[in-house]
Amino acid sequence: MAYGPHTPDDRAAMRKAIGVASTDELFADIPAAMRASELRLPPPESEAELASRLSRLADRNRVDLVSFLGAGAYRHFVPAVVDQLLLRGEFYTAYTPYQPEISQGTLQTIYEYQSLMGELTGMDVVSASHYDGATAAAEGALMTCRATRRERVLVSRGVHPHYRQTLCTYFGGADLVADEIPLVAEGPASGTTDLVALERMLADPERPVAGVVVANPSFLGLLEPMAQAGRLAHAAGALFVAVVEPVSLAVLASPATYGADIACGEGQPLGIPLSYGGPYLGILACREPLVRQIPGRLVGMTTDIDGRRAFVMTLRAREQDIRREKAASNICTNQALCALAASIYLAAIGPHGLRDVAAMGAARAAALEVALAEAGAPRLHPGPYLNEFAVRVPDAAEVHRRLLGRGVLGGLVLATVEPDDPSLADALLVCATEVTTVDEIEAFASALCDEIERGRQLGLPGIAEASR
Amino acid sequence: MAQDLRYTKEHEWVRVEGDLAIVGITDYAAHQLGDIVFVELPEAGRKLAKAGAVGVIESVKAVSDLFAPISGEVVESNSELNGNPELVNNDPFGKGWMLRIRIADKTQLDGLLDQAAYEELTREA
Repeated sequence: MAYGPHTPDDRAAMRKAIGVASTDELFADIPAAMRASELRLPPPESEAELASRLSRLADRNRVDLVSFLGAGAYRHFVPAVVDQLLLRGEFYTAYTPYQPEISQGTLQTIYEYQSLMGELTGMDVVSASHYDGATAAAEGALMTCRATRRERVLVSRGVHPHYRQTLCTYFGGADLVADEIPLVAEGPASGTTDLVALERMLADPERPVAGVVVANPSFLGLLEPMAQAGRLAHAAGALFVAVVEPVSLAVLASPATYGADIACGEGQPLGIPLSYGGPYLGILACREPLVRQIPGRLVGMTTDIDGRRAFVMTLRAREQDIRREKAASNICTNQALCALAASIYLAAIGPHGLRDVAAMGAARAAALEVALAEAGAPRLHPGPYLNEFAVRVPDAAEVHRRLLGRGVLGGLVLATVEPDDPSLADALLVCATEVTTVDEIEAFASALCDEIERGRQLGLPGIAEASR
Repeated sequence: MAQDLRYTKEHEWVRVEGDLAIVGITDYAAHQLGDIVFVELPEAGRKLAKAGAVGVIESVKAVSDLFAPISGEVVESNSELNGNPELVNNDPFGKGWMLRIRIADKTQLDGLLDQAAYEELTREA
């Protein structure tokens, strides 16, 4: 089989058939300045030279740090069976197979993924997966506009800022509107979605709302009033979209129990290692009446001509390869390998194991809260959380930098992702999971205590003020 | 094929009953689409503009738009098709009807094809 698709002779024959002298002529309509320029690549290297260069680059990654960073991607123990099975050649693809007659194994794993996610979320329909949590959330919001024929969604500021940016990108292209629901500024509910503001925004008769998007736990780690937000959305004829973290669903109420129409989230915590830029896994699920609005692949179970169980792609007619510009989405594949990792992870640890993972993370986070408060960094919000929360740290950015020097990744400096929110100016978002150890918590707290004390002695303005 | 119907080039049929027009797709269209598995129709009260895409007809092998043969307001859509989309294949001119439309302007009926013209169209195809 020839792997080079077109020989120079093939190309010449094709140019002759359509009557152009050169391939460049085909691009004449594109202004010269907009065309791709030559790639400026260094000269070729041998495999050994390249391996050595890549190792040097990889060595620049800090893998020695004690990490308390979460903010949408979470450190978890991954049983060895996950990677071992992923490496099998039969599975090693991101794509959905079209031909059921030769792809029963892969289709079955996708069906099992959908079933497992259906159990976790309580939803009726689960897509075969999306790129990541952010794109799944944006697709969920778009579904509400198609289903209600309305053009405006309300997104809580408690939804991950990257998700909100992705959603705005999708909406801008579609001429749809996404407005942000503010967070409660003070009191016992501070940091959670402002339900009074939500009710007011839903009441505007000139601008009917298609969907309300709220995350639980929120980006700030807080548990949100999901049932109330969902009721307000439904009372205004809008759909309710829950952005969820899958491990948390082992101990928190599922989207189905609080009346969500659509559930979406990042599947990385389920057996997928942390890696900068992914690939990660977008979970998207909905109730049955929305099945023709859910974008992406769906695998169904049926019987073959001899009555045997068989798996096939189904409801293909919503998709781009068939419906062209009228498709539910531009997505035309899925993250099959990452979805498989999530399925193997869940099957390996089981429902009790997942509950243990979530509960241990919560217990370690509670210990972290106590230790950080004693070190001089109290929580920023009073409400309940699961395994992630914000703490007030004077001169957070400087302290965070100094902690790195001491081998501690002290979570996320919230001002870097929410620069316009003054209430998050001096704060770190920190998390703990089942792999966080008591020793790590102690190391973090003691290093943080030192740095806050050092800042105070140096009379750093933020710290002097905070200590008054 | 019934004598009292008018047709469009997009293979919809129209039967006029007083101020209302009953709309469906022809047996030719249903046969071409194959087994129909889902029909999405506009809700009552929706205003339709002639030739606009107003619904979706999904078969095992294709998805097609349903176009409004005339302008008007939807009075009723055939809810039987939700659970029994195969009615469109089995009885396209009867139980497989799709919309009842209040006709905005009866002169627009003049632009539709009569049976002979429609038969000519499908013969060419």
